[in-house]
Amino acid sequence: MTASLRIALSKGRILDETLPLLKTAGIELLEEPSKSRKLIFPTTDPNVEIIIIRATDVPTFVEHGAADIGVAGKDVLMEHGARGVYEPLDLKISRCKLMVAAKVNVEDTGARLRVATKFVNITKRYYAEKGEQVEVIKLYGSMELAPLVGLADRIVDIVDTGNTLRANGLEPTELIAEISSRLIVNKASMKTKHAAIQKLIDQLSVAVENAAKR
Amino acid sequence: MTSADRWLLPDGIEEILPPKAARLEQLRRDVLDLYRSWGYEQVFPPLLEYLESLLTGAGNDLALQTFKLTDQLTGRLMGVRADMTPQVARIDAHTLNREGVTRLCYAGHVLHAKPESLTASRSLIQIGAEIYGHGGVASDIEVIRLMLETLQLGNCGAVHLDLGHVAIYRSLVKAAGLNESREWQLFEIFQRKAVPELEQFLAAQVADQPLRAKLQALVSLAGDQSTLAKAASQLAGGPAEIGQALTDLTQIAAAIAQSHPQVRLYFDLGELRGYHYHTGAVFSAYVPGMGQAIAKGGRYDHIGEVFGRARPATGFSTDLAELVRRVADAPAPERIFAPQVADPALNQLVQSLRAGGHVVLQALDASQTPQSLGCQSVLQQSGSGWVKVAVSSL
Repeated sequence: MTASLRIALSKGRILDETLPLLKTAGIELLEEPSKSRKLIFPTTDPNVEIIIIRATDVPTFVEHGAADIGVAGKDVLMEHGARGVYEPLDLKISRCKLMVAAKVNVEDTGARLRVATKFVNITKRYYAEKGEQVEVIKLYGSMELAPLVGLADRIVDIVDTGNTLRANGLEPTELIAEISSRLIVNKASMKTKHAAIQKLIDQLSVAVENAAKR
Repeated sequence: MTSADRWLLPDGIEEILPPKAARLEQLRRDVLDLYRSWGYEQVFPPLLEYLESLLTGAGNDLALQTFKLTDQLTGRLMGVRADMTPQVARIDAHTLNREGVTRLCYAGHVLHAKPESLTASRSLIQIGAEIYGHGGVASDIEVIRLMLETLQLGNCGAVHLDLGHVAIYRSLVKAAGLNESREWQLFEIFQRKAVPELEQFLAAQVADQPLRAKLQALVSLAGDQSTLAKAASQLAGGPAEIGQALTDLTQIAAAIAQSHPQVRLYFDLGELRGYHYHTGAVFSAYVPGMGQAIAKGGRYDHIGEVFGRARPATGFSTDLAELVRRVADAPAPERIFAPQVADPALNQLVQSLRAGGHVVLQALDASQTPQSLGCQSVLQQSGSGWVKVAVSSL
């Protein structure tokens, strides 16, 4: 029995960098997703379809079994607290850093810090482990603005090149985690469609190794 | 108060309505009859208990899942059961206090303060069976077979049975001598089968090379029957418990393959579901199209200790509300209309029809018709007596 697989990917960098890996396993999209209004895309493998959703929704779809497999950034997984899915493979793509940043040369006043971030859970956990009590302010974007206008003392955000930070007079101060994208698998699918999923994991891990050599 | 406040139910709290309610009740009776025919005695544990007895030995997960309230008579904290298994274990170890093997079954509502998964309900109808007082694989095999029979009543079709054994992981972790917080970290990595993180963790925390290789192998030891042979070679030279665990699993798998050849067996030796109270073989059943296990269970030999008596124990449970989803509606029974007439002969006929299992609706006033009550037949006066005629023939 060949079980059919549904793979959840997110638009943008993860999609662009995952497709070449999937290609090595014989899975290619039949049409360009950016030119389509479709939500579910068939692939060259008749048993595999791809859905393209928001990055933060990928763990939800996979945990619930609405997709068997997904690709999600470690940042999203840490924030989601994804204990309900397996993370068998580091795809080593979409790499970046999750960091604390502050205004350049800012003095620590000893008062309770206000931290602006969209990663509320990660931030709370990070400071709790450091033994520090902070106020977390949830923002959905433009984190860099918060310290400039006095909304927060620190921000916790993804840092790629650091150019946006520098352009706004901020600097990264602490590294919370190195981020890369992980292959995640629904726990029930791993058991009921093991042969198909294990084969894909093996093929992808070879592709990841080869990509690292290049 | 807006009008929505008057009817809105709490998140994840469901009511079960016709026709599903009828289906569910039928399934509940069928399942309990099945357990009775296997010699399991039914118990009704209380809806709530003092927290100490409800949570003892069951671990932190259950504490978070339990709704709590204060007993106004004593000021002590009570919990609404989130899992009936520890209650049944207490009944066996302390209340019944029998020697030898005891087989118990139960069915009832449990409440979860936090849903188990994104789409899970917070009010479940747990139904299950447990064997106390037997430590060998024979009791594991019996409860797994009973679980598979239960799923068959729920029309589950192609069931995947996932088998594991927590003693393998437990013995390796003990050998590694990790402190509590490191052990928690490792447990958490295993639950996610996060291979890359495991590599980093082992490199930093476990110096013993062969032990490190075994833990690294364990996380990926999953798959078909060949997994057991692979485990035997990759975990060779490890703690003695591992050999016993693999023998147990081989015997269980052979027995299930023989009695239920249609069930697909899957082995996952790094599976740690319920690790905090399970001690031996663990098993769960999956059905296609469902992102979580439909039924689960395993061996938990020490739970009785805290109630005064260590008893070997194994069992399983499932959620009846979930199980009933796959059961088709039974054909609706014929509804018979009885007019509102004061005639002893009619009353007698109605009584005997009802006693014979027929559904008879008596009109409450003259405005009601067989059609308005959804009846297919009518009791009509014929000579001195009453006869049943089909509505369509009127």
